[in-house]
Amino acid sequence: MSKLIQPNRRTVLKGAAAGGLLAATPLAGRFAQAQSSAPIRIGFQQHITGVGAAYGRWYGRTTEAAVKAINDAGGINGRPLEIIAEDDGTDARRGAEVVEKFVNQHDCDVAFGTLFSHVVIGSAPAAGELKMPYFVVSEGHHVASGMLNRYTLQPGITDVKSQVQAMAPFISENLGKKVTMIFPDFAFGHDHRDYFTSAIETAGGEVLEHIAIPPTETSFTRYFPAIPRDTEVIYHVMVGPAVLTFVKELGEFFGPSAPPMFGFIDSLEAVDLNSPGLEFLEGSYFWEGNPRYAQADQSPYDANFRAAVGVDENGASVSDPSDVSTYAHMFGCWETLYIIKDAMEASGYQGPGDRAALVEAVEAMTDMPHSNEHPQGPKIFNGRTHQAFGVQYITQVQDGRLNLVHETSIEDTFYPDEVDYTTQSL
Amino acid sequence: MEFGPHLILAILEGAVGAAVLALTALGLSLVFGIMRVVNVAHGEFFMLGAIVAWWVATSIAGHPALGFVAAAVVAPLVAGGVAVLGDRLVLKRVHYDPEATIVATIGILYIIQQLALMTYGPEARPVEPPFNSRIALPWFEFGETGFEIYYPWGFGTTTYKLFVIGAAAVILVGFWLFLSRSRIGLVMRATQLDREMATAFGIPVSRVYSLVFGLGAALAALAAVLIVPIQQAHYLMGGDPLLLSFIVVIIGGLGSIRGTIVAAVLIGLSDGIISVFFSPTLAKIIATLLVALVLVFRPQGLFGKKPA
Repeated sequence: MSKLIQPNRRTVLKGAAAGGLLAATPLAGRFAQAQSSAPIRIGFQQHITGVGAAYGRWYGRTTEAAVKAINDAGGINGRPLEIIAEDDGTDARRGAEVVEKFVNQHDCDVAFGTLFSHVVIGSAPAAGELKMPYFVVSEGHHVASGMLNRYTLQPGITDVKSQVQAMAPFISENLGKKVTMIFPDFAFGHDHRDYFTSAIETAGGEVLEHIAIPPTETSFTRYFPAIPRDTEVIYHVMVGPAVLTFVKELGEFFGPSAPPMFGFIDSLEAVDLNSPGLEFLEGSYFWEGNPRYAQADQSPYDANFRAAVGVDENGASVSDPSDVSTYAHMFGCWETLYIIKDAMEASGYQGPGDRAALVEAVEAMTDMPHSNEHPQGPKIFNGRTHQAFGVQYITQVQDGRLNLVHETSIEDTFYPDEVDYTTQSL
Repeated sequence: MEFGPHLILAILEGAVGAAVLALTALGLSLVFGIMRVVNVAHGEFFMLGAIVAWWVATSIAGHPALGFVAAAVVAPLVAGGVAVLGDRLVLKRVHYDPEATIVATIGILYIIQQLALMTYGPEARPVEPPFNSRIALPWFEFGETGFEIYYPWGFGTTTYKLFVIGAAAVILVGFWLFLSRSRIGLVMRATQLDREMATAFGIPVSRVYSLVFGLGAALAALAAVLIVPIQQAHYLMGGDPLLLSFIVVIIGGLGSIRGTIVAAVLIGLSDGIISVFFSPTLAKIIATLLVALVLVFRPQGLFGKKPA
């Protein structure tokens, strides 16, 4: 039996006083109207420190640029956007605390911007419990796998499962069938391990060896002797502060007799391709979410995006050519903010009370055409799995530059739904 | 990879680790031996050395060797200077009380680490090695045509890695000569043996302490200068060297220079070999287990003296 509420004199007085104050405030009347002019507050969970710091810096710059572009064009429903950035230290526990802070202290409308998969997995339950729409820009398959909840969405970037599935046929046809995988030993790397292994088997190849390396590792040579001698292709994906050392030591290990390599650009994000010691990468292939170097057939949307964020045609900062961006991932922040804008406008979003309607508005989205709002390419959003699907790019190092050699179709990246989040209650 | 090349590669990798570890742990051991201070901030002096090395190397144009040599001079001086300052401003004020110095050095650890984060930033940055060419190592086998030499895949090292091993050995010998043959070394040893007697003989113990604390930090910084062209400078890089140095110093015997070096070679090499053949995590587990065993069965360490 539920306990009856029995107000005493004190609580009644308190309530009356609060109510009186509220009525007396001129603002209360204004905010109750349909047209509020208060900023929409976006809680930005940013990897300012920790192993994801390089990504955090560029996610920050991209977010600033997108907010400026949206605000210059009149904001969302006439309201400006405001970013409240909090450092999560690229740490799962702090990530959850940051989401709680967005709800309880900063009065944010939505939370946004997380990349590292362990932080997403650690933070999503908090977002679900607090019913806070949580827009991640992570690539992890954890959203579409059904492991998270209805309030967690990934509409602005594709996931690892779809990426590796589109890469496997190219690798087995052009590079070789016997693959050795080197990947970081946490959720994101495990997605690579699980989905690439099955995808390459479907494509007629096999994985000879899985080499998992902790993302905080700083010295790598000792992991490489485990690479079997009959390996035809090295598949590498690495994250963390020491990625340059990783690639350099890979080159030193093999010397001139290296097998063909296929890397996810994560192994080189924020790293200058022309750093000393990386010459051996000439001719090797990379997956890129978005090509770092401006290509010959660059779209006007990519040009617009580069200019807005301040990235030159080599993918580095216009003010410092040695400050290389995380170009293959950061477009996701830009696209996600435009999706939030579209969904808020479609649902007539007013404030935190409309969060459930906002989630439904995103779920209703399908086609996202290649445009200034989606500079990476066209996407199709699956409202049931909360995951976007899009084209993938394969580039090759030619004369110290990553040139596009293959572009997959969106259909190459499809896989059957593993969850239907719309059946969960809001 | 075949067993022979595999083992040699493991030993080479382990030797690089052991060389750097020996220098770092020597600094920690020296500070403990003479000052009886457990310096928890030791790893941060290592990190400071790496960051200063990056800063010096990038601000000097020309051949990378120039920047590297300048870094090898400047980084230990800066780290040593910061340590001397820490000794004068903090450790001396708490009268080198064992408990208080632990807490104080934890404070110094966070101050240095967060200052590095605020100024240098959260990125990892590389320092170009002064020279670095790959040496492919030959191996032999008895094939159909009899004995033949060939170059197995992935079996090689770099000139710079060999240089790190050589440089560390030279520095260790130099340091041993400094301690055993120089006058300052004599004064330091006298202070270690009996602080009060040393004071009675007119040795300025307080200045010796500052010097030792600075020297310990400078050794860590020098080790970092050697390793930073292989790894990268990062504000959180001090954690692992600190842990491993403690392991080495405990196994070798607190305050024993000889024990420290033997233990560094032991831990460094076994870390390399176990990492290559099994997994780096297992190597750390075994090293920590070894510490536990030493603490249980030989608390004074392999070469430490039993407390009277």
